[in-house]
Amino acid sequence: MIAVLKHELKSYFHSLTAYFFGAFLLIITGVGAMIYNINQTIANFEYVLYYGCLILIIIVPILTMRVVAEEKRQKTDQLLYALPITTTQVVIGKYLSLLTVFLIPLCVVSIYPLIFAQYGDVYLPTSYGSIFAFFMMGAALIAIGTFISSLTENQGIAAGISLAVILFNYFSVTISEYVSATAFGSAITLAVIAVLFAFLIRYLTKNDNVAYTIGLALVAIIMMLFIIDSSMFEGLVPDIMAQLSLFERFYVFIDGIFDVTAIIYYLTVIVFFLFLTVQSLEKRRYN
Amino acid sequence: MITVEHLTKCYGNFTAVDDLSFEIDEGHVYGFLGPNGAGKTTTMNIMTGCLSATAGTVLIDGHDIFDEPNEAKKLIGYLPEQPPLYLSETPEEYLRFVGEAKGIKGAELKRQVEEVMEQTKITEMRNRRISALSKGYKQRVGIAQALLGDPKVIILDEPTVGLDPIQIIEIRDLIKELGQHRTVIFSSHILSEVQTICDEIMIISHGKLVAFGEPEKLMHDLLTPNEITLTAEAGKEKVGEILSRLSGITETVYPEHQESESYTTVRIKTDMKEIYDMSRQLFKAFAGADIVLLEMALKQVNLEDVFIELTEDTTASEASENPEAIQEKPEESEVEADDSSTEA
Repeated sequence: MIAVLKHELKSYFHSLTAYFFGAFLLIITGVGAMIYNINQTIANFEYVLYYGCLILIIIVPILTMRVVAEEKRQKTDQLLYALPITTTQVVIGKYLSLLTVFLIPLCVVSIYPLIFAQYGDVYLPTSYGSIFAFFMMGAALIAIGTFISSLTENQGIAAGISLAVILFNYFSVTISEYVSATAFGSAITLAVIAVLFAFLIRYLTKNDNVAYTIGLALVAIIMMLFIIDSSMFEGLVPDIMAQLSLFERFYVFIDGIFDVTAIIYYLTVIVFFLFLTVQSLEKRRYN
Repeated sequence: MITVEHLTKCYGNFTAVDDLSFEIDEGHVYGFLGPNGAGKTTTMNIMTGCLSATAGTVLIDGHDIFDEPNEAKKLIGYLPEQPPLYLSETPEEYLRFVGEAKGIKGAELKRQVEEVMEQTKITEMRNRRISALSKGYKQRVGIAQALLGDPKVIILDEPTVGLDPIQIIEIRDLIKELGQHRTVIFSSHILSEVQTICDEIMIISHGKLVAFGEPEKLMHDLLTPNEITLTAEAGKEKVGEILSRLSGITETVYPEHQESESYTTVRIKTDMKEIYDMSRQLFKAFAGADIVLLEMALKQVNLEDVFIELTEDTTASEASENPEAIQEKPEESEVEADDSSTEA
């Protein structure tokens, strides 16, 4: 694991990736800090990170696009399979190296509130609370990007899909306002998602029976629940979309609240997508 | 050292490896031979833990590759068909990474990296980017990677494919050298290569092991020479009459166009165990009839024939190919011609 971590880090710092990622993050937070904290003399550093979120949408896909896809393209994944290390160790090593690349510019950012505190009253707990939450949210996005990178051997496709997924997540609350909130509409939407989920399983496992069974079971459950009590579907889809938004949970921290459930949610997302990444890599052994 | 038992691998409906079983001892060079698509790479990938098997077991020095992958993988160095190289790195950086991943640390890592670079003769390329190296050198870096951690078994998948003749010879020499201290298994579809380097040959066809043994033994057991071509200074009828008196002849074939009236060429097939018994009999019969044998040649078998025989057999049973095609190989040498003249 340590070997993979070191190796990955070395490759990020040999190429432009790490510098590009760090530079963009620092530029945006720097400009934000200048506008809010210096020009407008607002003491809350949290607001800067609110805009920092935007840049994550673009730089996270660029950071994660090659992490597994490139191994597949260069056929170096064969080496990783043949080495006496487990796939889990490989994935964790790679993920930790990505986190390190993300953490380095954040360390620089962490100095800003201290500097501002020299010249006025800055409430540091909320500043650092939101920096920590920002890191956790970024970590969750990176986990998603890592998984998407493991699905393809084309970096471009990996970046494109990651961008789309993260953008969708970013706007999911806005979109949810336009989604049908009626019970029937929600049920239909969930059924469609269940079918799409079944297709994804079919693509990943290449096993028709499992995919159809899961798909049909999910649709059947939705239908049954709808017949038993249709009121529970009232406004369900918009609700779920808002709940799943990684960004929405971060804004709570900006308001000065340290939301432990959000941190747990981020951790869950990280573990879930890293688990999927391991499965996606293991799958190649089985077909 | 390595025990493969009832190994089967299916891709959907296609069976790539079909109930394969064999055992490999320590300290030999094994050649894994088979036509393209015979299941060589699949078998090697399973043996090295890169691929799962549908059924069967692989034991590396008592460690099951599926149950104890880490222990088993430590005993194996593997070079896949396409060397798994990080092109943007230098050989030294690359080897250090592989060494670390194999659990080698500190001074030992440094020593081993130096040692394998020395062994594969890439020391002078250590600081160049791998992407800038020639294919031969890339292959060497791949082999160096397999050697790290001092594994007992080295598995190389078609290590000489795509190299120029000089590079091929160099890689072959390297394989021979490695075979002195470890078990080396390498796959190839080039026969001469396997014949020159290997102590033992495994021939695989359609996912099944069709032959396993030393090259000489394989040739001896599987294709004893059974064909003699002779030219006698007599007409076709006379030759036919003499041959009809002899025993052990299963088939006589006359070429369609005899070059001259004064002598006759004939190809004889025999079911005799010892081909020299047949040639002795022929010599005596013609000498007795006072007919000069101008030429007598028996077909020299080589591994190519064994290979074609074995792999065609399996295709023939499935695709009903013409088995006569096997006999059309022009690899003949005139061993007996001199022999008969000295005896005369």
